[in-house]
Amino acid sequence: MVGIFQSWNIALSIFNLCLISAVMTMGANIQWGYAGLINFGIMGYTALGGLAAVLISVDPVQEAWRAGGFDILMSLWLIVVMILVIRFILKRFEKSKIRTYSIAAIIISGILLIRFSAEPGIEAIEAVDPAKTGFLGGFGLPIIFSWIVGALFAGGLAFIVGKVALGLRADYLAIATLLISEIVIAIIKHEDWLTRGVKNVIGLKRPAPYEVDLQTTDWFIKLVENFNSGKLSIIENLADRKAALNQLVIEGSSVFVKLCYSGLFLVVVIILLILTQKALYSPWGRMMRAIRDNEEAANAMGKNVVKQHLLIFILGSAIVGIAGAMLVTQDGLFTPGSYRPMRYTFLIWVMVIVGGSGNNFGAILGGFVVWFLWIEAAPISLFLINFFTAGIPETNALKAHLIESVPYFRFLMMGLGLLFIMRYRPKGILPEKIEIK
Amino acid sequence: MDFVNAIILLLNYIFIPALTYGSQLALGAIFVTLIYGILRFANFATGDMMSFGTMATIIFTWYFQSLGVSLGVLPTALLAIPFGIIFMILYMLLIDKFVFKYYRHQKSPPVQFAMVSIGVMFVTQAVVRIIIGPSDRRFFDGEKFIIKAREFKEMTGLNEGLALKSTQVITIFVTIVLVSLLFWFLNRTKTGKSMKAYSDNEDLALLSGIDPKRIVLVTWVIAGILATIGGALYGLDKSFKPFTYFNNMLPIFAAAIVGGIGNPFGAFLGGYVIAFSEILLTYAYKKFFMYILPENMEPNSLVQLLSTDYKFAVSFSILVIVLIYRPSGIFKGKVL
Repeated sequence: MVGIFQSWNIALSIFNLCLISAVMTMGANIQWGYAGLINFGIMGYTALGGLAAVLISVDPVQEAWRAGGFDILMSLWLIVVMILVIRFILKRFEKSKIRTYSIAAIIISGILLIRFSAEPGIEAIEAVDPAKTGFLGGFGLPIIFSWIVGALFAGGLAFIVGKVALGLRADYLAIATLLISEIVIAIIKHEDWLTRGVKNVIGLKRPAPYEVDLQTTDWFIKLVENFNSGKLSIIENLADRKAALNQLVIEGSSVFVKLCYSGLFLVVVIILLILTQKALYSPWGRMMRAIRDNEEAANAMGKNVVKQHLLIFILGSAIVGIAGAMLVTQDGLFTPGSYRPMRYTFLIWVMVIVGGSGNNFGAILGGFVVWFLWIEAAPISLFLINFFTAGIPETNALKAHLIESVPYFRFLMMGLGLLFIMRYRPKGILPEKIEIK
Repeated sequence: MDFVNAIILLLNYIFIPALTYGSQLALGAIFVTLIYGILRFANFATGDMMSFGTMATIIFTWYFQSLGVSLGVLPTALLAIPFGIIFMILYMLLIDKFVFKYYRHQKSPPVQFAMVSIGVMFVTQAVVRIIIGPSDRRFFDGEKFIIKAREFKEMTGLNEGLALKSTQVITIFVTIVLVSLLFWFLNRTKTGKSMKAYSDNEDLALLSGIDPKRIVLVTWVIAGILATIGGALYGLDKSFKPFTYFNNMLPIFAAAIVGGIGNPFGAFLGGYVIAFSEILLTYAYKKFFMYILPENMEPNSLVQLLSTDYKFAVSFSILVIVLIYRPSGIFKGKVL
């Protein structure tokens, strides 16, 4: 529809983001819909997925490694030692005040030690050509691998968060995860040696061909020619025809690249959908629902509630991590400053609730509908404002003010949508339905 | 003399700013805690409700300024705050009637309330941005400083100046008055006591004839007062920007939980705990040590424990630590 009204290019980019949102929503849906765990840390996992994309695909910066690689490796080693020592103390000694204090002392002194040992290295790395690199770079592998690594990163974080926070009551789990994701973002933003921080990483490798290359490739020009042969044959003049073809090739190339992405994303969505559907109807899925609906009863039946909660927390977060890596792959750039809780946490939750929690198709539908509205809210509200104020002259202060604030109507739309769905269809557009076979 | 200089330095850069920021957080944290204790949900719209109240205050301030009314040396906003409060309370009661009331009657679980409050957050954010726009606004007028740094230096002959902004004094003063009034109300009056009873045990409170509608109404009124004053003080001291207010929700939550959720006094102190630890941990102590230590021991680094970029992260880490080791908060609120 947008393809007809605006352009195929915009339509496809909306479609791609819809697919990514659908993946994120599926991740959140696994946690909330299957297990009733509330995770407001989606932003953090998304950012970690993006970080994975950077670390995998960027070529290593040799100079930076030489300048400060040793210091960084030393600090990593120190962290490992610290964790091992703490584990050792936890295992060997009885729980007591002295134990708690000594662990705290180890952590504090360890942090200070790491700061002192890593400082010169970090400064050296950040001094290496700060306009272009100033960070360690990555491994220089194809960016597709980062989707898996992103999932691993996010899963790893979820393991730590889960260990810490899963015992909390639902709404405090929400707050704790939200705050932890803010900490993650703060670290990504400010550890320049790892991520370049707010200086952003641009020009990441692509899994799809580049537009410029396509425009000079013979088979692609032929393809466009064949595709538009009807339109081109109307033009009589040879030079004009050539110019028209050129224009079409340029347009076609960006559409083609976007189609490549759509294909890749679609594959991910379908694989995930199959897996999650299988999981939902498996004995494991039944167990999760049992735990969600009555934790005590499930516990009494011998199910390890804590372990299953942790597992599903990790799985859902890993899926969100994939989505984060996909997002960065699509954009070709990593901008830590753009990770805001509004866009990456609360909007995803609106998608889950609106779509229907516990239903994978609902999650995908929610991702599509909500993202489409989020993007198209401004044009729609502009149309509505113009429609309702048609009688008022252009110079009217109120009308001008309203038109100026059109971008903010999307918040209004999302909020009202969420409130109405919660009130009149609390299970979402596609409610959870479980058939017992 | 060096010792006095060092003390003044700490006062100027740590103690007074932290006290001011802590007061602003404390008001927000009491707001969160009251809503949690009596209406029983975590209100994710906290920051945006505060920005709504501030917006109303700003609009009245502009109105008074256009009329030429002013308080002389004091900011005009102080005159506008009562009107802002009225608007805020009306808005909150409206939302309660159309949104929260339904779920209260359904006896929905707290999670559902939290989700609904996210819807309210979106709507409030939209309303604020549509009415006043997303940009940074300063609405402070009147005398800016009570003591200027330079005057203080001349007066005392010290190397370090002590600047005292009037907004800082107003913030601290208003907070003390407001919080003492609030505690007097909660602990001494009949309504306050019945609110406490309702928060402790709803069924028992209903049995002893407490009217839940009245309790809810009073809670929203108090919440409206706290939110507007907290927001307006923050806006006066720094500046008003809807996005900052949304972000402030997070340290406010941290303060409320650290202090023990459901416990207003804990929330009050929690605000200061968060503010002081944020500023203490990210301040560069180089100058302080230069005054205190003998000359040959002067540090050559900044002596900063964490870079200022991690200001928010500090408060969240404190929260996480408290949640692990003392889930009921430092001052014994409800166990989560």
